[in-house]
Amino acid sequence: MYKILRKKQLNENVCLMDIEAPFIAKKAKAGQFIIFRVDEYGERVPLTISDTNPETGAVTIIFQIVGRSTMVLSQLNEGDAILDFVGPLGTATELDGYKNVCVIGGGVGNAIAFPSAKALFKNGAHVDVIAGFRSKDIVILEDEFKEVCDNLYITTDDGTYGEKGFVTNKLQSLIDAGNNYDLVIAIGPVPMMKFVSAVTKPYNIKTLVSLNPIMIDGTGMCGGCRVTVGGEIKFACVDGPDFDGHQVDYDELMKRNSTYRTKETHDRENCRMYKAADAVTGGAQ
Amino acid sequence: MPNMSLTKVPMPEQEPNVRNKNFEEVAMGYTAEMAIEEATRCLNCKHKPCVNGCPVNVRIPEFVEQVAAGEFEKAYEIITSTNGLPAVCGRVCPQESQCEGNCVRGIKGEPVAIGRLERFCADYHMANSHAAATKPESNGIKVAVVGAGPSGLTCAADLAKKGYEVTIFEAFHKAGGVLVYGIPEFRLPKAIVQKEIDNLTNLGVEIKTNMVIGKVLSIDEIFDMGYKACFVGSGAGLPSFMGIEGEALIGVYSANEYLTRANLMKAYLPEYDTPVMKSKSVAVVGGGNVAMDAARTAKRLGAENVYIVYRRGMEEMPARKEEIHHAIEEGIIFKNLNNPVKLIGDEEGRVSKMECIEMELGEPDASGRRRPIEKEGSNFLLDVDTVIMSIGTSPNPLIRSTTEGLEANKRGCLVVNEDTLQTTREGIYAGGDAVTGAATVILAMGAGKQAAESIDNYLQNK
Repeated sequence: MYKILRKKQLNENVCLMDIEAPFIAKKAKAGQFIIFRVDEYGERVPLTISDTNPETGAVTIIFQIVGRSTMVLSQLNEGDAILDFVGPLGTATELDGYKNVCVIGGGVGNAIAFPSAKALFKNGAHVDVIAGFRSKDIVILEDEFKEVCDNLYITTDDGTYGEKGFVTNKLQSLIDAGNNYDLVIAIGPVPMMKFVSAVTKPYNIKTLVSLNPIMIDGTGMCGGCRVTVGGEIKFACVDGPDFDGHQVDYDELMKRNSTYRTKETHDRENCRMYKAADAVTGGAQ
Repeated sequence: MPNMSLTKVPMPEQEPNVRNKNFEEVAMGYTAEMAIEEATRCLNCKHKPCVNGCPVNVRIPEFVEQVAAGEFEKAYEIITSTNGLPAVCGRVCPQESQCEGNCVRGIKGEPVAIGRLERFCADYHMANSHAAATKPESNGIKVAVVGAGPSGLTCAADLAKKGYEVTIFEAFHKAGGVLVYGIPEFRLPKAIVQKEIDNLTNLGVEIKTNMVIGKVLSIDEIFDMGYKACFVGSGAGLPSFMGIEGEALIGVYSANEYLTRANLMKAYLPEYDTPVMKSKSVAVVGGGNVAMDAARTAKRLGAENVYIVYRRGMEEMPARKEEIHHAIEEGIIFKNLNNPVKLIGDEEGRVSKMECIEMELGEPDASGRRRPIEKEGSNFLLDVDTVIMSIGTSPNPLIRSTTEGLEANKRGCLVVNEDTLQTTREGIYAGGDAVTGAATVILAMGAGKQAAESIDNYLQNK
């Protein structure tokens, strides 16, 4: 059993927890993930690690309530324990040698973007962070990000906080203003990563995205997490979860992620960024 | 005077049309009377050809003699003196090509049903004996085992019996390896696997789950923790795909994923959260035991049409005859001498059709089997909503890529000394699918035994 050392509700649907897992806390690097199983009946749920503390043995996870497992987890309290917690899985993000980086998070994806920003900033890189949210009431990690970057730009779709607009609008304006990024990291909903990659492509800015396909074991055994990158099949759990954003087949990933979802909830009409793109292109996107 | 019946005492089985809708065990096991009757068919040959056919050298005529005498506990003790997992082996060993394949009674008629008798003894013991194994006196020497599958469990048991302090590191949340994630409940009930694993913990073996070696700890770090030797039984977990168009469509699974969802994650039970596709027409590509397991699982999950698509003929199928026979009885449709060339999806990206081409058999290839050749222009479409690729697996690179000095061949299998199973590094031994590539439970167990012997020699002479 793995004890919950700390719990903090970040907004109505997003929760932070420190889980006691000393072996993982010692080994994990930015970009790697864990798989948890809350109880005997639960699914194996992958979550990218947000932070670690090797001294206390704490591994920080930040999760959005989307299904039964995350719902049950969110109802547990400090001192309670979960059944299974395994990691660190996947390949760590390659962060060495970059001087000028833009780290972009979308919604709960900011939780995964955070450790990369932290590691880059610690390495001495110039780090701009664009943290995008739907609305003011779901903004997370604002104070934490301020500690690990040179400039923090918050965007909200509805303009209730920070700048109104999508992260892609902000990224474009930063590039237009003369920022020469040698790396862009984008972590968030699949359409967001797709559109960020589309912004950076014409400028040939190296862009890393962190993918979240369906998986079971996280060690290369099931092959459920296969994604097409540069025309080749890759297993996100062992080859990723980070990939070159310009090479990923996002449409295939979105389809595969809908395998067990009812049709209603994955209609692209429900995606705000696609709606916006459709409004601009007349639906030809 | 031995019982000269030419046929085995038949195994009681669930009716095919009943069992293909449930996950209860297909073969229900001999009664004591049936076991005694079958045991009397053994001629107790002096040269014991059956024992030579067994990778763990179970003293077969001796235990069968005890069964015939109704001394089932004595029979069990004889079996477990060399085989740590008799309830498993009695169910899933390919006896026809091992012990029973060598049986003299098989020359004219059917061989003695050694597997069924072994299973009977193990089940009898589980049902009637409540004496738990106890921890032998410790010699204080720590040994690590990576992977709680058939080879790791066997190696750990043998080392524990010799007094070693054994820790098994398992990547999954449950011990058992392929016995729990791969082989379905209806062939190998998980409660039986659990009892075998409980036996092991009673011997003092510690099992640490959720430990992915190569990630959370390297083998070198395991040595730093005071372990004096290490056995790697990490299996062949990496599924192969065909590399044809459409394999990323929704509804295309590896057999590993499909079976793990059903077996380990218990997707067939409503109280478990893990989903699996509700299918109407399923094509399983491949002709091995895993393909049979996947097809029979799909049928039980409610699919109306389940096809085996295999590029060679019925004769060349690597699956056990018994599994093929069971699959046919349960209504699995065999489309042999066909090979998929392309998977076609609908507008939502779900697989809807499989394009196949007919095959014919040519000259024998390197494997000795006749090589399948495409019949030009014979392409046809099969309506499917689920495709399960069951065309093999290869060893997981996690350990070899994180352990300096550990050599692997070009298929990714660890290189070992055949006599000792030592890898290219001192103190590290390996066996099972991690060395051989995908093979059988009993071969992996044989390797676990052999490695335990070598590890003991190594540590005693160190």
